[in-house]
Amino acid sequence: MMKRLPGIHAPHLKNTDAKTAEILPVPKLVHIPMSMHIGAPARSVVTVGDIVKVGQLLGEPDGAVSSPVHSSVSGTVKSIDAIDAVTNERGTVIIIESDGLQTPLETLTPPDVNTAEDFIAAVRDSGVVGLGGAGFPTAVKLTVKDIAQVEYFIVNGAECEPYITSDTRTMIDDAELLWDGIRLVKKHLGVTNILIGIENNKPEAIRVLSDYAAKEPIAKVVSLPAMYPQGGEKVLIYNLTGRIVEEGKLPLDAGCIVINCTTLAAVARYIKTGMPLVEKRVTVDGSAVRTPKNVIAPIGTPLSDIFDFCGGLTDDVRKILYGGPMMGVAVLSVSAPVKKSTNAIIALNAKDAALPRETECIRCGRCIGGCPLGLMPAVLRDYFLLGRTDMLEKYKVNLCMECGCCSFNCPAKRSLTQTMKLAKARLRESQAAKNK
Amino acid sequence: MNLLTVSPSPHIRGNETTSGIMRDVLIALIPAAVASVIIFGFRTLAVIAVCVCSCAIFEWAFEKLTKRDTTIGDLSAAVTGVLLAYNLPVTIPLWQCVVGSFVAIVVIKQLFGGIGKNFANPAITARIFMFLAFTGTMSRYIIPRSPDAVTGATPLMIMQSGVGELPSALDLFLGNHGGVLGETCALALILGFAYLLIRRVIGWETPVIYVAVVFALTAAFGGNPVNAILSGGLLLGAIFMATDYVTAPMTFWGRFVFGAGCGVLTVIIRQFGSYPEGVSFSILIMNILTPYLNRLTAAKPFGGVK
Ligand code: SF4
Ligand code: SF4
Repeated sequence: MMKRLPGIHAPHLKNTDAKTAEILPVPKLVHIPMSMHIGAPARSVVTVGDIVKVGQLLGEPDGAVSSPVHSSVSGTVKSIDAIDAVTNERGTVIIIESDGLQTPLETLTPPDVNTAEDFIAAVRDSGVVGLGGAGFPTAVKLTVKDIAQVEYFIVNGAECEPYITSDTRTMIDDAELLWDGIRLVKKHLGVTNILIGIENNKPEAIRVLSDYAAKEPIAKVVSLPAMYPQGGEKVLIYNLTGRIVEEGKLPLDAGCIVINCTTLAAVARYIKTGMPLVEKRVTVDGSAVRTPKNVIAPIGTPLSDIFDFCGGLTDDVRKILYGGPMMGVAVLSVSAPVKKSTNAIIALNAKDAALPRETECIRCGRCIGGCPLGLMPAVLRDYFLLGRTDMLEKYKVNLCMECGCCSFNCPAKRSLTQTMKLAKARLRESQAAKNK
Repeated sequence: MNLLTVSPSPHIRGNETTSGIMRDVLIALIPAAVASVIIFGFRTLAVIAVCVCSCAIFEWAFEKLTKRDTTIGDLSAAVTGVLLAYNLPVTIPLWQCVVGSFVAIVVIKQLFGGIGKNFANPAITARIFMFLAFTGTMSRYIIPRSPDAVTGATPLMIMQSGVGELPSALDLFLGNHGGVLGETCALALILGFAYLLIRRVIGWETPVIYVAVVFALTAAFGGNPVNAILSGGLLLGAIFMATDYVTAPMTFWGRFVFGAGCGVLTVIIRQFGSYPEGVSFSILIMNILTPYLNRLTAAKPFGGVK
């Protein structure tokens, strides 16, 4: 057996993995941000008062690394705000009042895809970005000059964060679509080796996809130990192929492309039906959610609508997250919208949201032994506090993927991951100043 | 609705806490206490109680005087107290225990900044201090269960001087011989080691390498390797003191080398020194080298390029 990178055994909490997603009633209002991806925000192409249909273009991509944004409801454009006063979303947010009918745009037809260029163009038009949370435009990721470079095409079904089961449900309920996606990349990109990595706490997804893979000689389902952060890109690549993505390099340089399973299914849906990315399957869970569920919600739906659909929040709700508890982002308000890359919304009660009290480092080394990337958080923290950017550079704080394992492991409850983020920023600043 | 907490990820933490770890260490030390009571009688408990209480009180008082948060709740002072007691003979005058606790907690731990900041192991350093200051009482070892507390030599003294009869290997293993409170019963110490391993409080590397090196080098010097590991403070030191987080390296290989270094030094002192016992000095010397070991064995960043 190949050596695997260390990680942590976080609680799985996959309470919703047996629950097929329920479709949310159409929300009254949606708040659709123009920036739900890495890269330039989309440029709005509608004006206040416009009548829009489901799937209609709201914002066009602005530059090469960008992504179009489509309407998730049919209705009227109510406002286009620079900053959404309700949700504190920065950048342009288009607010649409829904007519409740969800009329699709008549002109939506499946795109003609014959060549690799057509395929990439279709991926771009689909509005799909990395749906596992990263939000990097998928078309950019798939644009490869020399396809021979891609030795492994990896489908990420690890879903290692606690609570989240939306990818699991995609792999089970949308297995056909996901497989269409695999056929598409095989046909148009010419990839010859497809690995589907799934943690072994999802036996049903493994079974369903293994049945498909049995009929496809170039694809293989690999069951991985359920160990966070199995789904981290570098971790997954190493654990599946033994390849190391070097500092400053892309997975492609190691001969790999990694695409999240939900992302691939969304691409396939567009190419099959012509409907771009307008809705998301979202896991709704956490100690403050009365009835945890998987929900399919239009993009832009305020989280409050979704929580209401899940029996509402308990009175002692204290924290709401986009994404899982290891890497998720705490939101300011319950009216924040579902975004393209939102795979889960987690609401925690006062007990779970309580901030732990930091005590002195006892130099136990758990943060070091448990860092998947072989960094030394306790040492980096000292150097950060001393302002030693040279040592931050030497000990490679820039490689930190902010996975949270070090904070999780620390018995003294130190906020190491937070310090790593600050240290990375400090190092970038000092390097930028030096290069001036 | 309540105001929401906004804090950086991760939003979930592991269950381990400093006090939980220290509690596990205390639990792992229980078998040795039981063995000691059986071997040396109930005065054992008085020595342990005085050491633990005075360590806790000194910690609390120092932190009160310097207006810092009290940390006796993390139980680290209690662990130091028990370990110090385990390094003392059962006949030790109790006031000397208090002095030793003062050295351990105030001089070695708190003056360097409290938990996590001291470079030397408090219990070990206090033991060495007491050994030098109270040489007479510190080296009065009684023969177990002798009716009127007959004093005698420890197995190491017998080995070094060649005078007297060495206990059998079984007696060595069960601890039925002279020595300090916690060191004599190998069985109890190994039980504690197993508990620490199961609870993942420590790794195997330091104790196993330490003992293995002592075993191999003693054999190389023509000694009896089994007696060498079963006598003196080797197991107590290797399992409970060379593995002290604060004063040992933080990386796996650092701890590996730390164990090996302790082993080499122990054998050298036992072979060539005038003290029969080398465990405390070895660990103290390796404590001093810990920062260098940390640097030498720094983790290799995954995918890092020079
Ligand atoms: S957050 Fe960074 S330093 Fe901490 S464990 Fe993850 S990669 Fe390592
Ligand atoms: S895990 Fe926490 S206590 Fe242990 S070495 Fe790292 S920072 Fe220190």
